[in-house]
Amino acid sequence: MRYFLRRTLFLLGTLWVAITLNFLIPRLMPGNPASVMIAKFMGRGQQINPQSLHAIEVMLGISHASLLSQYWQYLGQVVHFNFGLSYTQFPYSVTYVIAQALPWTLGLVGLSTVLSFIIGTSLGILAAWRRNKMTDSVVTSISAFTNAFPYFWFALAAVYFLSYLHNWFPLTGAYEIGSTPTFSGAFILDVIRHGILPALTIVISSMGGWLLGMRNNMINTLGEDYVLLASAKGLKSHWIASMYVARNAILPNITGFAMALGFVVAGSLLTEVVFAYPGIGYAMYNAVINEDFPLMQGIFLIIVLCVIVANFVADLLYVLIDPRVRRGGES
Amino acid sequence: MTQSAVEIHAYSRAEKRHTWSEMWGMIFKTLWRNKKSRVGLIILGIFILVAITGPLLAPYSIADTNFATSAAPSARHWLGTTQAGQDVLSQLIVGTGDSVITAFGVGFIATLLAIILGISSGYAAGWLDDILSFITNVFLVLPGLPLLIVLASYAPGKGIGLIILIVGFTSWPWGARVLRSQVATLRSRDFILAAKLAGDSAPRILVREVLPNMLSLVIASFLSSSLYGLLTAVGLEFLGLGDPNAVSWGSMLYWAQNAGALMNGQWAWILAPGLCIACFGMSLVFINFGFDELSNPRLRGDYE
Repeated sequence: MRYFLRRTLFLLGTLWVAITLNFLIPRLMPGNPASVMIAKFMGRGQQINPQSLHAIEVMLGISHASLLSQYWQYLGQVVHFNFGLSYTQFPYSVTYVIAQALPWTLGLVGLSTVLSFIIGTSLGILAAWRRNKMTDSVVTSISAFTNAFPYFWFALAAVYFLSYLHNWFPLTGAYEIGSTPTFSGAFILDVIRHGILPALTIVISSMGGWLLGMRNNMINTLGEDYVLLASAKGLKSHWIASMYVARNAILPNITGFAMALGFVVAGSLLTEVVFAYPGIGYAMYNAVINEDFPLMQGIFLIIVLCVIVANFVADLLYVLIDPRVRRGGES
Repeated sequence: MTQSAVEIHAYSRAEKRHTWSEMWGMIFKTLWRNKKSRVGLIILGIFILVAITGPLLAPYSIADTNFATSAAPSARHWLGTTQAGQDVLSQLIVGTGDSVITAFGVGFIATLLAIILGISSGYAAGWLDDILSFITNVFLVLPGLPLLIVLASYAPGKGIGLIILIVGFTSWPWGARVLRSQVATLRSRDFILAAKLAGDSAPRILVREVLPNMLSLVIASFLSSSLYGLLTAVGLEFLGLGDPNAVSWGSMLYWAQNAGALMNGQWAWILAPGLCIACFGMSLVFINFGFDELSNPRLRGDYE
């Protein structure tokens, strides 16, 4: 119970830090987003009428009140998921834009993360089992390489070779331009066709981390006394590997997996930029490029929220699957 | 110094405890013996050499824009030319400098912060530890790239120094957490107790006794933060949040993407900087394999 309370406090504390950072960063940095926006609205070099300036400020929710009262107002808005209006997709609210984009990201990146975890962990078990053999050094070297290259570069190369040169996959987007999202069979097939390549690039580039982690955990667990006892008892080696070693070695990976699910929304950024995929990451990229500050900050908060909640779930999960944590309090 | 203090000092000398120079020698020897980390050290050495001598090695000046624009790779321009008529190979070679500086700059800032926060948190224990651990965990959880994007888009101006600063200041938590737990285990060792009883001050104990004994961890965290830093900086530059006029691997990718390099058949322009980043990063990962095995004998296997 005490553990639960501590984790809840941590969840709330982190959330508060993120919201406060989100509030402070734009206000402490030199340069005023409102003036940027107004310059854009008015066109360069034109005189701005103070009344219209005030009207724009009111419309976009920019206030001249004291920092503290702005902060209170801001906290109240965040609690109600009211992030104001988007500059670029005016008159839509930030919340609306996010709600439109979120399902795409969850579908594509969420599914890829699950696949990457399953494949990477299995290969990690294999690599540890065949330690110091060919399989191990090939697999670990490749994953060291995939861990080290920039993801978007790999995705660009994949688009070039598989979509541009060979036309095996569509170049960009989540569905054929011009079609409207419905739940018809043809549309779903189209979405799957567009999703394969981005998903593939995510799986390949993120698999390495799971693989190396699982391999190292396995090798650590293989040295435990009970494993020695099991092999002394004459148990079959694949039985020991799966039922004795992997079962314990997978614990850190499972909590890592819960964390990774939270990072789905955060990690989607570069994928969606490369593939022009209409998810959260692409929306944030467009917000940054077009200096749509309310949208950018709203998305940042949503991303943080996903990560923090996933972290909380991971902590709770750890207590459920590992009795040692339950007994020892916070490990 | 009293009699007993002298004895304690002598005792602490006899116990397994390493000074700075011993540790450096041991680390290098172990890394060189390991096949993977030796390859890593050699590749890294080549990159550093190119970074230093870059402008001398480049076939053309990077300011030279008199070549044919958007040319495909040829004998005169091995990797083609940019849409502004610059030689891509020369950019790649000269850009190594800024890229290596970015990587190690971030690594340095992140590791310094990790050392200061991690070690004082682990050594202090009590309320200071609680507060510092909380801060570390919060920053560990906050997603890096989105936070950096928010920071970079509000930041005044764009430049490599700024990128190094903001990436460095957001990438210390992993290192801090690792170092903290290591200090927590070292704290109760006899040689630390001996130094404490001899009246050494806390900063002196930390620098002379604690740090040398965790040097391999410090370097390992420096290497991983450098890799993370380079990848993150490249990502930011690719998104257009870096200095577009600077020449680095990241800004090359940005310009190549903006000029539609792949669709014009200029694959070398995009492939080359990415490969350099991957090889540079891989050399760091390989060196770190050696460190993993240094601190965890079980990973060493029988013979490599």
